[in-house]
Amino acid sequence: MNRYSVFSLIKNALSGHKNWKRAWRAPEPKSHYDVIIIGGGGHGLATAYYLAKEHGIRRVAVLEKGGLGSGNIGRNTTIVRSNYMLPANTKFYEHSMKLWEGLSKDLNYNMMFSQRGIINLAHTPSQMDAFSRRGNAMLIEGVDAELLTTKEISRRVPGLYTGKNTRFPIVGGLCQPRAGTARHDAVAWGYARGADNYGVDIIENCEVIGFIKDGDRVTGVKTTRGEISAPKVGISVAGNTSPVMKLAGVNKMPIEAHVLQAFVTEPLKPLINTVVTWGAGHLYISQSDKGGLVFGGDLDGYNSYAQRGNLPIFEHVAAAAVTMFPNLSRLKLLRNWGGIMDMSMDGSPIICKGPLPGLYLNAGWCYGGFKATPAAGWCFAYTIAKDEPHNLNAAFTLDRFYNGRELDEGGAGPYPAHQ
Amino acid sequence: MSGSRLKHHGQFINYDKPIKFTFDGKEYHGFLGDTLASAMIANGKIILARSFKYHRPRGIFSAGPEEPNALVSVRSDGRLEPNSPATTIELYDGLDAYSQNAWPSLSFDIMSINQVFSPLLVAGFYYKTFMGTGQKFWHFCEHFIRRAAGMGKAGLEADPDRYEKSNIFSDVLIIGGGPAGLSAALQAASNGETITLVDENKHFGGSLYEEQGTIDGKNSSSWIEDTLKVLSEYDNVTMMTRTTVYGYFDDNTLGAVERVADHKEQPRKNEPRQRHLKIFAKHVIIATGSLERPIVFAGNDTPGVMLANAALRYANRYGVCVGDNVAIFTNNDDGYNTAHQLRNLGVNVTTVIDVRKKVDQTLITDNNIKYITGNVVTSARGGKALSVIKIAPYDMPTKTIGKEKKIKIDTLLISGGYTPTINLCSQTGTPAVFDNEIQSFIPGPPTRKWEACGAVVGNFTLEEIFIDNKIKNGNKKAIPFALTDIPSSNNSAKKFIDFQHDVSVTDLKIAYTEGFRSVEHLKRYTTLGMAADQGKTSNMNALAIMAELRGVTIPEAGTTRFRAPYKPVALGTLAGRSVGNNYRVIRRTPMHDWHLAHGADMIEAGIWYRPQVYKKNGETITDAYIREATAVRNSVGIVDVTSLGKIDVQGPDAAEFLNRIYANAFLKVPIGKARYGVMLREDGCMFDDGTSWRLSETQFLMTTTTANAANVLSEMERLLTLIWPKLKVHVSSISDQWAGMAVAGPNSRNTLEKVIKDIDFSEEGLPFMGVTDGTINAIPVKVSRLSFSGERAYEVFTATHHGITIWKNIIQAGADFNITPYGTEALGTLRIEKGHISGPELDGRTTMSDVGLGKMASSKKRYVGSVLKERIGLTDKMRKTMVGLISHDYQPLKAGSLVLEGSKNIGHLTSTTYSPALNKYIALALIQDGNTKIGNTVTAVFPLKNEKSSALVVDPHFYDKEGKRLYV
Amino acid sequence: MIIKCPHCGPREASEYTYVGDAKVIRPDHEDNDKDKWNDYVFMRCNPRGKHSEYWQHTSGCRAFLNVIRDTVSHKISNVILAGPWKIEAKK
Repeated sequence: MNRYSVFSLIKNALSGHKNWKRAWRAPEPKSHYDVIIIGGGGHGLATAYYLAKEHGIRRVAVLEKGGLGSGNIGRNTTIVRSNYMLPANTKFYEHSMKLWEGLSKDLNYNMMFSQRGIINLAHTPSQMDAFSRRGNAMLIEGVDAELLTTKEISRRVPGLYTGKNTRFPIVGGLCQPRAGTARHDAVAWGYARGADNYGVDIIENCEVIGFIKDGDRVTGVKTTRGEISAPKVGISVAGNTSPVMKLAGVNKMPIEAHVLQAFVTEPLKPLINTVVTWGAGHLYISQSDKGGLVFGGDLDGYNSYAQRGNLPIFEHVAAAAVTMFPNLSRLKLLRNWGGIMDMSMDGSPIICKGPLPGLYLNAGWCYGGFKATPAAGWCFAYTIAKDEPHNLNAAFTLDRFYNGRELDEGGAGPYPAHQ
Repeated sequence: MSGSRLKHHGQFINYDKPIKFTFDGKEYHGFLGDTLASAMIANGKIILARSFKYHRPRGIFSAGPEEPNALVSVRSDGRLEPNSPATTIELYDGLDAYSQNAWPSLSFDIMSINQVFSPLLVAGFYYKTFMGTGQKFWHFCEHFIRRAAGMGKAGLEADPDRYEKSNIFSDVLIIGGGPAGLSAALQAASNGETITLVDENKHFGGSLYEEQGTIDGKNSSSWIEDTLKVLSEYDNVTMMTRTTVYGYFDDNTLGAVERVADHKEQPRKNEPRQRHLKIFAKHVIIATGSLERPIVFAGNDTPGVMLANAALRYANRYGVCVGDNVAIFTNNDDGYNTAHQLRNLGVNVTTVIDVRKKVDQTLITDNNIKYITGNVVTSARGGKALSVIKIAPYDMPTKTIGKEKKIKIDTLLISGGYTPTINLCSQTGTPAVFDNEIQSFIPGPPTRKWEACGAVVGNFTLEEIFIDNKIKNGNKKAIPFALTDIPSSNNSAKKFIDFQHDVSVTDLKIAYTEGFRSVEHLKRYTTLGMAADQGKTSNMNALAIMAELRGVTIPEAGTTRFRAPYKPVALGTLAGRSVGNNYRVIRRTPMHDWHLAHGADMIEAGIWYRPQVYKKNGETITDAYIREATAVRNSVGIVDVTSLGKIDVQGPDAAEFLNRIYANAFLKVPIGKARYGVMLREDGCMFDDGTSWRLSETQFLMTTTTANAANVLSEMERLLTLIWPKLKVHVSSISDQWAGMAVAGPNSRNTLEKVIKDIDFSEEGLPFMGVTDGTINAIPVKVSRLSFSGERAYEVFTATHHGITIWKNIIQAGADFNITPYGTEALGTLRIEKGHISGPELDGRTTMSDVGLGKMASSKKRYVGSVLKERIGLTDKMRKTMVGLISHDYQPLKAGSLVLEGSKNIGHLTSTTYSPALNKYIALALIQDGNTKIGNTVTAVFPLKNEKSSALVVDPHFYDKEGKRLYV
Repeated sequence: MIIKCPHCGPREASEYTYVGDAKVIRPDHEDNDKDKWNDYVFMRCNPRGKHSEYWQHTSGCRAFLNVIRDTVSHKISNVILAGPWKIEAKK
């Protein structure tokens, strides 16, 4: 592996940049591995990395049907935060946050993790009460949080309308200073390079078309590039969870696929220096290091596997953005993309052993997949290696729905379109 | 290069209307009809901006929306618009424009030092460095990187202009008013179908203005004029210019932006700046034409290098000459056409350089032009203005060059063939297919009701468009000779592919070396095609070069799918008028104005506004709610409850239906009685609560919480339609038809008796939970004896239009008892004192047992949620249950506090208030195994403010647990 | 997206509220089997392709429609008035 640093940049510049090595190899699939991870997105690659690094399991294949990182890892709004209320979520996402804080160094790949803070805006006293409860719960779990007055918010977020002459005036907010954004593609590439360096085979353009089973036990997969066997097969395919589980003979899951759209404006000089979320509508705004304002909105609201969205969300997001920031009105939306969210029935994820012997599942990430990438990979690797969940993902079971132990952070009930 | 005007030319220019404008504060002159770009070229200025990364000076490169270089900011203050291509800005008197991404000035930009470091600042360099000692070091570097990145600056002022939205329903939508679009419109118009023809430019005609042949014996300009006249006579044809279709969505719904007033200093009064059009078309004809493609060679971004047809457009349309000594570098026949037309317009084209060795000799017609075939331009030089190019013989099979030769020119026009603008076709999900003849992608077979025609499918000539053979001497087809990047003897000169993002051939090679070879990886790693011009001039060249590096064909290398928007769209346009106060609808009760007139602070409740408190004589909110709540306990108060959801449930099976959806029994509610009920979700958690009043054997009036009104109605409709269609029940929302008010307090009966003479208010006449009808001054009212406050109380409902009259009548009647209007704060205080649940306790996660209503749930029947509410996790003894807390130390308890027992977090406070009745600070809380904790002392902590207070756990019914006050 | 309501004609999807999978069967009201109820409330086939689903025309006639829609192309192949009426939308 080329070690990356300013010196390696200079050295390569002097040799005309001809001596860089491939960031990851393009190996042919072998017939057998110790672990197969289906899905070469952020979570799958992180899982492979931690299997190798933390558990010494290096005979690992990551199978990706298309190009590495072509799913939600490159189709999100790049926000990283751990401002959750329910203790199981708070602990898990805080573990993720801690991994994020050391990730660029760990992977020798600059994730551009920019801890510029996130501010959730409240519009009514009762919303403020709910934020207080969340902030207090965060602090008690050792997560950073602060309550902000409207005046303080106004100072930190120039351009934000904080006056009263609007439908939903801002009454205050909750801030997590350590939250921020990261360069999403770099996460996939960094983990891929890291895993590859440990000997993990990352196999692109290799679609799983079936499972090899011995009775109920999963012993391998059939792919477009041949059969591959392994005693342990992990599924980490986000929006495609249901179709892949179907291949394994599991026809129903507590998951629906929904499209979430995101938008970016043309590049601008620094304008918004923190992540801002709006309580009155579903909207979050941040500015990328390149200068584009990045917006995320609400789900399109119906089951979909199309990586594209429809016009109503364009209009809703724009209306919310201009209501929040009247100075954005003349700025232009440049691009739009849609990711397929694996919306679970309670809004929280699933990282578990099963549901079949030999099978391991990482799914149900809803909106939260990107920020969870390091911890999801870390916990999934632990679960696969040890055949039992780590404390951090012990609550993220598949049978919690049957047991009435849902983790319904939003209190929305079993309606994925409303999570 | 120094531009000038070509007198007597310029089809779009009105020389009688001179225009003054400024650029970077300096005054310039142009004419009506100019774009900012054409006027600036005429003024001899072609450098309007610096590039993104290296801050290289860049000249105007095109004459249309594909412009990668000349992005400027226009207007100022609230109307400031950064990142606008100067090529699309129509000039108006007083226009002010500014250069971007250059400091201190456009001509001297300190950040151009980046060019020195450019060998380091290659594709992906930022992933490889700035890691140093960790997050701190990165945050330090990021500060500077962010300032260096970005293009234009956005202001902080609000946009003063307004935006509108409009829907268009059309049988046929034709996108693009060039030769293909106009001829399609002519054909379709006579069918009588409604046709909408849109073009993004100010003028219809598209590429026809540069067409030399004749159509029906007319030259192209007169044909356009005649055609537009013919079309305008059809009632079924709507024509719109300055209208860009940016998105093609599901079911032939398209989004478009009409630029209503962008060509004026400001919109007229009540005129929108732009209008967003949602177009519903049965059939769509995509005639979006094509864009000329650059050629990649060393120094190809030197100011003075320009697309060939752009120069022709400047000359022909705007009467602007782009240079004094002009060469054309081409790989197709169209370059010759451009050269000859330019000469006819008076532009001094001296040289044509053609990569092809064999050229149709009929093209070589002008003695004043030196035609050099089999040669390429290997480099262009000149810093801020092109001065010299090198050319050399080129051997295609080996991709090698011969001896280079210098030519001194000031302008180099490049013509690399045409790239069809397939963006909208691609947005429909149709994969593009590669057309070898034109070396470009064209739309694949449509999967929806659209078709593409003209240049967008590779039909570049009029003969191919007007199949009825009425074209004479049309322009020749641009069939490009396949080219990737051209070798150069100068290895240090950069060959740019994406000008706006400074992506060069070197970057592509690095991406290739490091394995970022698929189109998606290439784009994401190098940022190619991701700039504001969305790669309109760069995508094809990049694909060709990557294909060559990989040793595959272009279609094997792939194409990216285009997504909306085709061109950047202003947020304000998409938002329309749904901003600020109009972001969401507002519902006001009929008493709204009265509340305001009596000092009410209004507060959101769902989409409603309700009085929070009525402030008197400088009271604080706390003062006010304490006064109001005290008045209710001591005498009488009145509160507006119009926002409650109200549902009329009618039919022979109404009671059976309610019995199935409420957790408690409803079959035997007597007529004339109300009952409190709790609904669960299918998963067994609490959904909503309210009262239902039995008005007759077959009719109930149901009330719901304000927040859940719509959801409860939909859920009832779902059950009735999909699950129990045999139940004979119909439900209708009557929330808007009924106004409601609650009159509460020991004097409530006395008050109502004064105005309602036809109701017997005795215990026998109207017992607790009784419902009856009466009148106030002949206005019918429905009265039920319900209580949320715990006092004797009545709810009075009346028709919405009588709401205010009834309200005033009751207030008048209560004057003797000092009747006090109260708001949601006092309402909250009163119900917390009684331990009644509301929104904070109904948080979507709680069960009936959690909030002490477990015994209310019927064990004798099945109801929605009855099975799943028994799941182990929902019956767990360690669940949080509702208790009361009383502050030990006379300190306010804060909502959102957590409850600690020792150091263990056992729950949280849901609702808090000062209790005037108890003269204590109290709260409702959900704590683990709460029922066993009564009498314990716990700590309510609020770490966010570093506060804590000690509290006694008590039964949540703080006040009058026996309910005696209901009968006072 | 446009849904053809059998009562009201073609209307934009924003007039409707998505209700969800039409293939899940609610157990009999009197059924006490937890697993059946769990399946009904939480488990979904979530197909990639044709999906039978309910929409309510909330901003129109409030009818429930059974819509057959492809979850990849979003193409709607059929709309039937849900419930016992089963009236199809005009093609």
